Parts: sequence; C-alpha cells; structure tokens
Amino acid sequence: MSDILSLSLAGLRARLADRSVSATDAVSSCLERIADTEPAIEALLTVTGEAALTQAQAMDAAGPDASKPLWGVPVVVKDAICTKGVATTCASRILENFVPFYDATCVARLKEAGAILLGKANMDEFAMGSSTENSAFQKTRNPWNLDKVPGGSSGGSGATVAAGQCFAALGTDTGGSIRLPASFCGVTGIKPTYGRISRYGVVAYGSSLDQVGPLARTAEDCAVMLQVMSGHDAKDSTSAPREVPDFAAQTATRKDLKGLRLGLPEEYWGEGLTAEVRACCDQAVDAAKGLGAVVVPVKLPHTKYAIATYYIVAMAEASSNLARFDGVRYGFRHPDAKDLRDLYEMSRSEGFGEEVQRRIVLGTYVLSAGYYDAYYRKAAQVRRLIRQDFLDAFQACDVIVGPTSPFTAFGLGEKADDPLQMYLADIFTISLNLSGLPGLSMPVGLGQESGLPVGLQMFGKAWDEGTILGAANALSGALPQIGMPKI
Amino acid sequence: MAEYEAVIGLEVHAQLLTESKIFCSCSTRFGNDPNENVCPVCSGMPGVLPVLNERAVEYAAKMGMAIDCALNPVSVFARKNYFYPDLPKGYQISQFELPIAEHGKVDILVDGVAKTIGVTRIHMEEDAGKNIHSATDNASYVDLNRACVPLIEIVSEPDMRSADEAVAYLKELRSILVYLGICDGNMEEGSFRCDANVSIRPKGQEEFGTRAEIKNVNSFRNVHKAIEYEIQRQKDCLEDGEAIVQETRLYNPDKNVTASMRGKEEAHDYRYFPDPDLVPLKLDPAKLEQWKAQLPELPRVRRQRFENDFGLSANDAATITAERDLADYFEAACAAYAQPKKIANWIMSELLREMGEAKLAAAQLKLAPSDLAKLVKLVDEGVISGKIGKQIFPDLFAQGGDPEALVKAKGLVQISDSSALEEAIDAVLAASPAEVEAYKGGKTKLMGFFVGQVMKATKGQANPGLLNQLLAKKLS
Amino acid sequence: MKFTPQQAAKVAALARLRLPEEKLERIASQIGDILNYMEALEACDTAGVEPLYSPVEHPTPLRADVAEKTFQRSDILSGAPETDGTYFIVPKIVAG
Repeated sequence: MSDILSLSLAGLRARLADRSVSATDAVSSCLERIADTEPAIEALLTVTGEAALTQAQAMDAAGPDASKPLWGVPVVVKDAICTKGVATTCASRILENFVPFYDATCVARLKEAGAILLGKANMDEFAMGSSTENSAFQKTRNPWNLDKVPGGSSGGSGATVAAGQCFAALGTDTGGSIRLPASFCGVTGIKPTYGRISRYGVVAYGSSLDQVGPLARTAEDCAVMLQVMSGHDAKDSTSAPREVPDFAAQTATRKDLKGLRLGLPEEYWGEGLTAEVRACCDQAVDAAKGLGAVVVPVKLPHTKYAIATYYIVAMAEASSNLARFDGVRYGFRHPDAKDLRDLYEMSRSEGFGEEVQRRIVLGTYVLSAGYYDAYYRKAAQVRRLIRQDFLDAFQACDVIVGPTSPFTAFGLGEKADDPLQMYLADIFTISLNLSGLPGLSMPVGLGQESGLPVGLQMFGKAWDEGTILGAANALSGALPQIGMPKI
Repeated sequence: MAEYEAVIGLEVHAQLLTESKIFCSCSTRFGNDPNENVCPVCSGMPGVLPVLNERAVEYAAKMGMAIDCALNPVSVFARKNYFYPDLPKGYQISQFELPIAEHGKVDILVDGVAKTIGVTRIHMEEDAGKNIHSATDNASYVDLNRACVPLIEIVSEPDMRSADEAVAYLKELRSILVYLGICDGNMEEGSFRCDANVSIRPKGQEEFGTRAEIKNVNSFRNVHKAIEYEIQRQKDCLEDGEAIVQETRLYNPDKNVTASMRGKEEAHDYRYFPDPDLVPLKLDPAKLEQWKAQLPELPRVRRQRFENDFGLSANDAATITAERDLADYFEAACAAYAQPKKIANWIMSELLREMGEAKLAAAQLKLAPSDLAKLVKLVDEGVISGKIGKQIFPDLFAQGGDPEALVKAKGLVQISDSSALEEAIDAVLAASPAEVEAYKGGKTKLMGFFVGQVMKATKGQANPGLLNQLLAKKLS
Repeated sequence: MKFTPQQAAKVAALARLRLPEEKLERIASQIGDILNYMEALEACDTAGVEPLYSPVEHPTPLRADVAEKTFQRSDILSGAPETDGTYFIVPKIVAG
C-alpha cells in the first residue's frame, strides 16, 4: 500500500479510475501515514479518519464516477476554512469549540468533485504568522527537519502534503501563506488571482488580500484542485463572474518554455538572498533557459514599500474582521464575565493569542480618527503603485520569477520574539496579494548548506494561472527531483 | 433678551419593503418568531459574506429620484465599527463617503407658506437586531430577525426653523416613501423613524449654535413635542448663561423631556473604511431609466392636480393626498360619480372621522369608493337627506355594501312626493292651532317649529326643500 | 514615533481587549517599532494617486430579492455559549 503514497494526485486519479487502487486503500494509506508521522510533525488539528473511511467504503461500493475529477482523493483543509460538522478553529482558543453548520464554497466544490476530507491542518492563529508557531494548539514541525518551522500561515497544509499524509491540501494566502510553507516544505502551492475562488466560508483575515489555493506535490496536481474550486460563487461578491479555463490541460501539455519571457525583478534578486537560495534559483532559471525561455530584467520599484503597505491594509481589515468573535453567538465566552464589557473584553483577551491581539490593536489604531489618512488611505494609494509596477513589468514579460523567500526554513523559536523581523520575511510574497495577481511556489532543489527545500515563485498576469502552472510543470521536469523527506 | 431662532435637521431611517434582507436571502417579515429569519450571513458567522439585494438598490435609487437627488453612478459601502450584541459582525455595513444619492430637496407647506428643505444625502445600510432586557433575570436576549434588514437614511440640511416645519417635512417624506411603495411608513413598528438635530442661535446670526441630537422620537406628535421642548431647554440654558453641550439626548414621551445620554455612551470612533467584501456599487443607466419610468405620481404633483382639476381646497387636497391609498380611494369615488368637491367633503368629515376611530387605513376599508360615491349621489338627488346620509354612514362604514339597498331596507327614502308630505303638514298644522295663529300674526320664526314637527312626524325623511316650500304656501 | 502603553490601552479598549500591564508595555513597544517602520511610506509620492482598496474590477453583483429560509434556528443557535433555544443570551445590558 505504501506505493500509493508515492503517487501524485494525478497518478492516484488514474489508479482510482481503473480500480487498481480503491478509495478505501487511498484513505487507509493516508491514515497509516498520519499515524506514523503525526507525532513528529503535528500538522493536523483534526483527523476525520472514521468519517473518511466510511465515505470511502460507500464510494467504493458505488464504483468510480468519471464525472467527479477528485473521486476518492483524500485531501486536508486548512482550519481557517469552514467544514460542515467538523471543527473549524483557525488555531484559536476563541473558536476552539466552533463546529460550522455550513461548508465553505471551496470545500463544497471539493466534495462535489468526490474528494474525501481527511482532516484539518494547523496554522498560525487566524492566519497571522509566517511559521505556524502562532497556533494556539500545537507547533507543526518541518518534515525535512524537525527543528525547523514549516512556514506559515498554512504550515500544517505544507507539512501534511510534504509528509505524504494526503494528496493535496487547501491553504489560504493573504501575504504568502500558501507560497511560503510550500517553499519551506518542498511542495507546490498556488495563490490564484483574487476573485478566482470563492471566499465564502473562509474565515477572513485581510478580506481584500485573502485567497484560497491548493498545496500539492506537483503543478499538475494543483491545476486539478484549482479547476474544481474556481469560478463565480453567488455567495461571494468579490468572486469574479468569468469563465474558468482548462487549467489541467494548460498545465499538463506544457513541456517546454519556448518563447516564454521570464521577467527577473532586480528587487528580488539583489542582496539579502542566502547563497543556497540564490544557487538553487539560478540553477532553475538556467534550466528554464534550456527549455527555451527568454530572460528579461524587470523592475518593481515600489517593492520597498510593500511590507509597510501590506501590514497596514491587512491589520486594518483584520481588526474589523475579528470583531465578530465576541462570545455572543459562538466561540469562547469567558466564564467570569459579569457584564457586557466583561463579556467582550475578557473573552477576547483570553480567546485571542498575542500576535492576533497585536495586529488587532495596530489595525484599530491605523483606522482610528486622525490616523486613517496617514496610514490606511496612504497605504491604499501605495497599493495602487505596487500593482502598477506589476502591470508595467508584464508589458515586457509573461511570467515574473524570483525566490519565494530569501532563506530556507528557519528554526523553531528563531524569530518568535521579534514580530517585525517575522514580518520582514514576507518581503517577496506580499506584493502579489496587494496586486491581486496569481503566483505559485515550486520546489527547485535542496539548499546546499541546510539541506532544506528552496522554492521559486512564478507570478502571472491576472487570470493567467494556466501559464504559470504550465511553466512550473515544464520546468520541474528539467530539474532534479527533491523526493520526499525521511521522517 | 435676545430673540432666538431654531435650526433643525432631521435624519430619517426608512425600512425598505423588500422581501429579503439587504445582504442575505432571509425574510424581512415583521413578527416572526425570534431568530427565525436568520442565516449565517446576518448572524455574522465566521467566513460568510454579504451580497447586495438589487431591490434595495432600486428602492433607494427611486427615493433619490423622487426627491430630486443626484444619483452617484458609483457608491461605496463602508464598515462602521462598534461592539453591541445586536450587531453580529461587530460592524454595520453602511454607505459613508460615497452614498447612493445626494443633494435633493423636499417642498413643504406650513400655514400656507411654501418652503424647500434641502436633503444632503440618502445612503443605504443594514439595520441592527434587537436586544430585549429582562426585568426578572440578569440577562439580555438577542433577536437577530431584524439584523440586516435594508434601510435608507435620509439626511436633511439644517433648513427647518420650527417644530411645525420639521413635522411637515417628515410627513411629506413619509408620504413620498409610501407613494413609491418602498416603505410602509409605520412609525410604531419602527419602519419609519427619525433623529432630530436641534440648535438655536440669535436671530440674524449666520453661524449655527451647538446642536443636540434627539433620539427616540417615534410619532409625529412626539417629534413636535420633543423639538419644542429642546428649543425651550436650549433657550433656558443660554438665558441662564450656560453653554449648550454637543450631545445625544433621549426623548422621554411620558415626561415630555429630553435627557442627556452623556456618560452612558462612550465616545465613539467608528473607524469607517470601505468594506472589502462589497466592491463599489455601479448603477446601470438602463436600469435607472426603467426605474424612473416606474415612478408614480408623487404627493406634491397629485395635490396640485386635485386642486386644479377637482377644485379642492389646498387643505383638502393636502389631507387627501397625504396617504396614497386615500388619494386612490378619492379618485375611484370620483370616477363613479363626478362630484369631487362633494366627495371630498364626505371624506374630510365622515370618512376620516370613522377611519380615525376605527384606526383603519384607506386600503383596509369595507366601504368601497363606488359605494361612497353612490351615497353622495343619493343625497345629491334628494333620495335621502344629508342628515340621513350622515346617520347611516357609521353602518355603511362598518359593514360596507350598497347604500341604496340600506336606505331602502331601512325605509329611509326621503318623502319628495308633495301629496304625501302635504298630509303630514296638514296634520301638524291641525294639531297646533295656537302656533298657526301666532305665525300668521307675524311670529315668522315659528317656521322652524313647524319644520321640526313635520320632520319628527316623518322620521326625518321629508325632503327639506319641498317641505319649506309647501309650508310657506299653506301658511300664507 | 513612540507608542505609549497608555495609547495602546486606549486603542485596545476600542477593540474590546483588556491587556495586563506587562503585555501592554511589550505590545506598545513592538507597535512603536512597527509604526516607525511604516513611516517609510511617507517617502513614497502618492500625490494624485487614487487609493486601491481592492483588486476587484467588476462592479458588485446584485442578488434578486427572493426570500428563502436556508437554515433552521437550531443551526443558528447551535454554537451559542448561552441560549434558551430562542434567543442568544448575554449579561444584562445596562444602558448605552
């Protein structure tokens, strides 16, 4: 059975379709793997093993359904995404006992496509963090090195895929929260164009930045997942009323990069990269050239403002988004609350962790009377300039390429005491969210020094996920495979 | 002592008559069991998102058109952040910087003087739920049926100078909303409510005085009383050398006072910002054309038409057109019998009195307009006297039906047959020889006595014109 | 700029957080650092730049006005910390 786990999602689909592997086999293999590896990595907050097995058995009894592109595929969902009847905590005490009675649209679509929910992935509390250390419940370890963080905030999703516990996982990406863990854990993850996947049922952090996306072993696997979840949803006003192209076809058919113009922004390739990250990324760019890509230098001059802009926007929105967690209708209520003020203040002070509280205070401050213009409005103006940088750069290229992170996975606790240093780690990922554009991170090798995965980002034009997925698919065929970590 | 002038601006909240809520598909029906009209969206569950109701946009736009506002082609929903148990998301979605409509006006008439009141803006927003405070246990109960029900807020310029003007403006606004069919105008249920900003300044002074915002005024009468009270209170303050504090005051209708909410309400900092879940609202020009074409005749125009075409007095025209249903009723009656002034008289006197006593609106009446017309016609043609008409009106009002049939059934047809009447006259004259003598001797005032006697004998059914004529002849 | 614990307490109260003294001090100093970092934005010339609040380019979609009951009251109340099956219950609200 363990050879099942070495299959990609696409490979598994073929085996499920010809019944050489049953849905029950797939689920059992994953559950065994979870049992073996979970004590070491703690990627999951909830495992829905029994329900998954029951569902798989029923599906096997009925036989494969070719109309369901994910028939029998076990998947994990980040705990920020609502799953009907399954606890959805956002890794926060304040939602510790929250069991939604509705599915997020993306989850509903996965289920309709035949996917089987295996469990819920750990994360930074309310997706606020870059290391998954801000979870209120457990610290997920990087499967490649148990002393390192998996990245964040979708660290559980990155780790569970890297460890072979499932075939794909959902993450959310507000400022790099899919791409950073994908990079640190050596898997592929894509943040689609803002509006591509419905946010309905996805617990909001920064509403104008948040997007759901898949993390999986290959670009092709990501394409299959993306396909299923994409498209307008009447329950989300920000989801785009536009056609969804055939991502899977665009991805699988691309074998070379002939004529593709890769833009290398000087701001992403300058000082600050560790030698091993630079070496792996350079090697990937060379491989791309070998496949026929043309490399052009581009500029994203407002990159230096991106972190400040991002944190103002994200924290402002978060301060408002998190107001609903008040202990009135659901979630944690402090047992000692005697009056209304107590109810709010005691519940929220004990229910939220410190990073969340810090961001709520900052976000409240930048929106408050007298400061709005200097912070929030100013940031929104710079945001337009940052997006314009990309639009300008895409005049000269088709895909923008750069490292996902200046360094490989850092040590547990290494940056935990200095929030600003932690924020600065997001330098290469956040501009994309401010711009609303799609981007993915793919593994391009193991760092010579650390032996940890290095991720390369590809940014695409709005709605052009197909191009970056195809390019990633072609490029990965020309690179040495990093394989699976030994845990 | 300085002479002061009041400066009044009103903020009116009108609940829109949509089937579903503004951002979700829950019913807006009033009176359902608590928390039955509630879904994840209007209860602020994690992860859920608002989607705007097209009908709410239509209604807000129509109100904008009706009061000559400029409609903004793009308007923006913002979040107004504050904590309260009836506010599930911790913010209210409301338009702030860019509302759907701005710069409108409403014409009013007070004591025959016309005046135009400016409307600053109309914006769309969601209502909050309801907190019920228990008297018996240490708890409050939250019902979210009302949360997310669509409202428009209509903000006036500080153009009113008296409580009378404020009430006239409110009545006109309410009338327009009801004409448009976008609000039921029910003040008791809170679907039409108002806050008043009141300040005073010495007459002739340009700049405004410090204003107080008066909340909780839920009838025209209370608006009037609260404003009068507040103006007097502020005058007293200034005359005592006290400064007026900018604050929110709550009107207490039982004591007829306004009381400061100071201390009970912390300083708010609502931290408005554009709601990223609702991208800007763009008004479709084709839709706007369509909605404009659907606008009904509005109260002001109808009032003018009733004066010009039907010859009604300004007062009658204003009263009858104030409620769209009553104006419709009047026109239907006129269609059945083309005597608008007479019909108006019956409405102004008999019908409105009965409606007031029975607390019924024009749309709920049992008496059909065509039957009211018939009644007027019966009186007009002398089939019954006006007095009899008024006598039977309460019955007709209560049960409805054909007045002619009722008159016949009750045997109330007027005696217009001179021979039948002559018999009755003869009998009365025969029974009152002394009075006849006196009359003939010059006491002509006794005519009234004879008329009364004959009326009594005929149970009021004698045609008064004919009776007078015959009596005069017999006594000459 | 300096962000004092008193400022932090005031803003925290607005956000309905009640933080102990030492946490306030720590958070205030961290926020001070972050705000200092954010001052870098002042150097960015944004004269005449229209703010971008969302990457969405389509106008807000409109929903047809059809009332529909999608969930039961028992669902809505299912996570309530305190309820009588009809209402959400909170400690008695005393004015304001």
